[in-house]
Amino acid sequence: MDPVDPANQGDPAAQGAAAQGPAARGADGAGDRRAEGLAERLTGFVGALRGHGFLVGPGESAQAAEVLALLGLTDRERMRAGLAAVLLSGERQRSVYDAVFDLYFPLGVGAPTGRHAEQGAGPASAADSAADDSRTEPPVRSAAEERAQLAALRERLAEALAAGDQAGLARLAREAVDGFGRYGGGSTGSDGWSSHQTLGRLQPETLLARVLTAIRSARAAGASSAQDGGEGTGALAGDLAGQDFTARLQADEIRRLIESFRGEVRAEARRRVAERQGRERMARRVISGSVDEADFRLSDAKRRAELRRAVQPLARKLATRLAARRRRAARGTVDLRRSLRRSLSTGGVPLDLAHRRRRPSRPEIVLLCDVSGSVAGFAHFTMLLVKAMREQFGKVRVFAFVNRTEEVTRLVAETDDAEELGTRIFEEAQVTGYHGSSDYGSALGEFTTRYLRELTPRTSVLILGDARTNNADPNRPALATLAEHVRRVHWLNPEPVSLWGTGDSAALRYAELVDMHSCRNIRQLEALAARLLPV
Amino acid sequence: MTEQGQVAAGFFGSVDEVAARLAEVGYLASPAVATTVYLADRLGKPLLVEGPAGVGKTELAKAVGRVGAAPLTRLQCYEGIDESRALYEWNHAKQLLRITAGRETTGAEDPAGGSAGGWDATRDDIFSEEFLLARPLLTAIRRTEPSVLLIDEIDKADVEVEALLLEVLSDFQITVPELGTVEATHRPFVVLTSNASRELSEALRRRCLFLHLDYPDTELELRIVRLQVPGLDEVLADSVVRTVAALRALGLRKAPSVAETVDWARTLLALGADTLDERVVRESLGVVLKHQDDVVKATEKLITEATVATGNARTVVRRPAAD
Repeated sequence: MDPVDPANQGDPAAQGAAAQGPAARGADGAGDRRAEGLAERLTGFVGALRGHGFLVGPGESAQAAEVLALLGLTDRERMRAGLAAVLLSGERQRSVYDAVFDLYFPLGVGAPTGRHAEQGAGPASAADSAADDSRTEPPVRSAAEERAQLAALRERLAEALAAGDQAGLARLAREAVDGFGRYGGGSTGSDGWSSHQTLGRLQPETLLARVLTAIRSARAAGASSAQDGGEGTGALAGDLAGQDFTARLQADEIRRLIESFRGEVRAEARRRVAERQGRERMARRVISGSVDEADFRLSDAKRRAELRRAVQPLARKLATRLAARRRRAARGTVDLRRSLRRSLSTGGVPLDLAHRRRRPSRPEIVLLCDVSGSVAGFAHFTMLLVKAMREQFGKVRVFAFVNRTEEVTRLVAETDDAEELGTRIFEEAQVTGYHGSSDYGSALGEFTTRYLRELTPRTSVLILGDARTNNADPNRPALATLAEHVRRVHWLNPEPVSLWGTGDSAALRYAELVDMHSCRNIRQLEALAARLLPV
Repeated sequence: MTEQGQVAAGFFGSVDEVAARLAEVGYLASPAVATTVYLADRLGKPLLVEGPAGVGKTELAKAVGRVGAAPLTRLQCYEGIDESRALYEWNHAKQLLRITAGRETTGAEDPAGGSAGGWDATRDDIFSEEFLLARPLLTAIRRTEPSVLLIDEIDKADVEVEALLLEVLSDFQITVPELGTVEATHRPFVVLTSNASRELSEALRRRCLFLHLDYPDTELELRIVRLQVPGLDEVLADSVVRTVAALRALGLRKAPSVAETVDWARTLLALGADTLDERVVRESLGVVLKHQDDVVKATEKLITEATVATGNARTVVRRPAAD
């Protein structure tokens, strides 16, 4: 580990330059070293972003350098905001940007230092010095010592949470990773820092009740002292009632703080590992992609919330694009009679040409969605998309199936929440027969027999599902009838093409009849939807 | 970056100055906003501000204008806006009038020939400044003093309009085929705002600095409320801001904007409420939430559920006393 010059503490990029190791510091003079280090650091940063699909060219690199020249290197958050202004082209990329930024322009290098100066005397100073000792001579600690340190750290974490002290939390995250995130031996090369291990030991989420108690007792103490001060008791009672109301929000606020602390710990662990293994490798590997590339099938709760936020503007975007296309298409050939008539007002000079209007046909969209458990993540997304489309297009009919098919347009219109919609479909619509596993053959069969006469050659049908029939008859004739009857059938399959036709998947056999597209994430969907939807 | 003959607006000298001077005119900027505004000012690049409705995107442009005492030119975009509404337009009626007037005079003197010279003169004449109607973009480019150009809701305009903007935003010039190129003597400080209802083209994004303006954090919002509603009790202001933050976390159809927070604070002041309790919230929630579904959902989450939570809270409070 490089020893860090304390004078450089406030200057992250200079620290970064120092961390470049002997190669950077050996060759050149002292002055050049820093400048060159920064330029390389910056191009490396831009390169890593490019690797994550950011559209940034050399022009942007040059501009980023200009930004740094203007802003200086003294304030890290300013650097972050300034570089974002040049390199970012949408808020969806923010999480990736922040993670890469933290890797390339870390807050510090090596183990946390200078804590005593920052903190002053406190109940935890004893634990501080203990942690310092453990840093100089790594993991030789007795179990009891470690427990004591852990308790002390948790104590300080609770204090910082109660005070809502963001900077303090960031500092604690660094200490926590330093103290409890280390695994593996010193020289074997298999060692590193783990956020998982740190969080597992620290368990910040269990602090919630303790923090709430601390806040309330502090407040009660404050209130009673105010009473001693001689304020009117009526006002005090009102005050307490008001605090009661906002006190309910407290729990959520603390939860959000804890979540941000967990994020800090993850970033810190990444940074420490990156120092050991090289930033480029870390930047490529560890950072999970942006929402655009999240796989629908594997989405967890947090991802789903992000998806929800991403799908809403997508549907609106589609609607605008379609409106524009429709408008262009509406403008036909020149209408000579009306043009001449119009020219009378300008002295016989035809200045404004009148165009014949084309009658826009109303698109009819039918969605046929698999809502079975095997595509749960996808089904959730489906519900989001369906809801969003309903809001943007008037004539969308929605059908759901597992092994039977039922129209759910009314349910979609009535239900606001996508999660709730899923449950209501299962409760109120007849989507399953005798068993609960999906059967495309019988579902398609029922759809064609019950609803085919309501579809017209102007209808476009979108089928959403993985085409896994549980080894039942895929009933290709039903799909063929459907395809003949309507304008177009598109099948969106959440599985990658390589998995089509494997196991019980009838995807390839269906794909012979209709256009099947792999649609695994928002980016693919966006590209598809623009092409597929009818004008 | 700045080319010869063009001067960047140069309103600000440092990031801190941006924050301080914006605060003077009543706009409290977060560090990220101040930094980006400073960069846009110094690099002479347009600033593309994206974010949800009601976070003060348009207000930012106006505030910069107030700081520099610079005139604000505003181009409000809408579906179907075209170059004759955004750049410039020839005044057809006036041109026709001119032609007719010319025809009558020449016609009276020389009915047979000589119309060729007359026509040349007329043609040169009718495509001159006199017949040009300047629309916002041309107006802004032609200003001789530092100014602010606000292109509002660019996402509402069609894709073609973006192409029109490219020349203006990268070179700060407009080419009128009949007249030549009009170059800016002073680069205006350009702000484009977008609600992200449509993806803007890469070409346009590349020419701009990007700023995402989100709801402010509670601290900043508290300062905003204090500034806008000075008479409000501090504890109450704090409660209001935290409640609004909780409402935003609920995932409502329309999350309350900063303006609505301020409105709510004003309402509470007018109602004479000195604390935020269930009754007050229930009665005045309509100020912050504009959809009935949202009101129902918020009432459920904040009031009904919370009654249970307070029950727990009371027992929790008692516990340390028992120890």
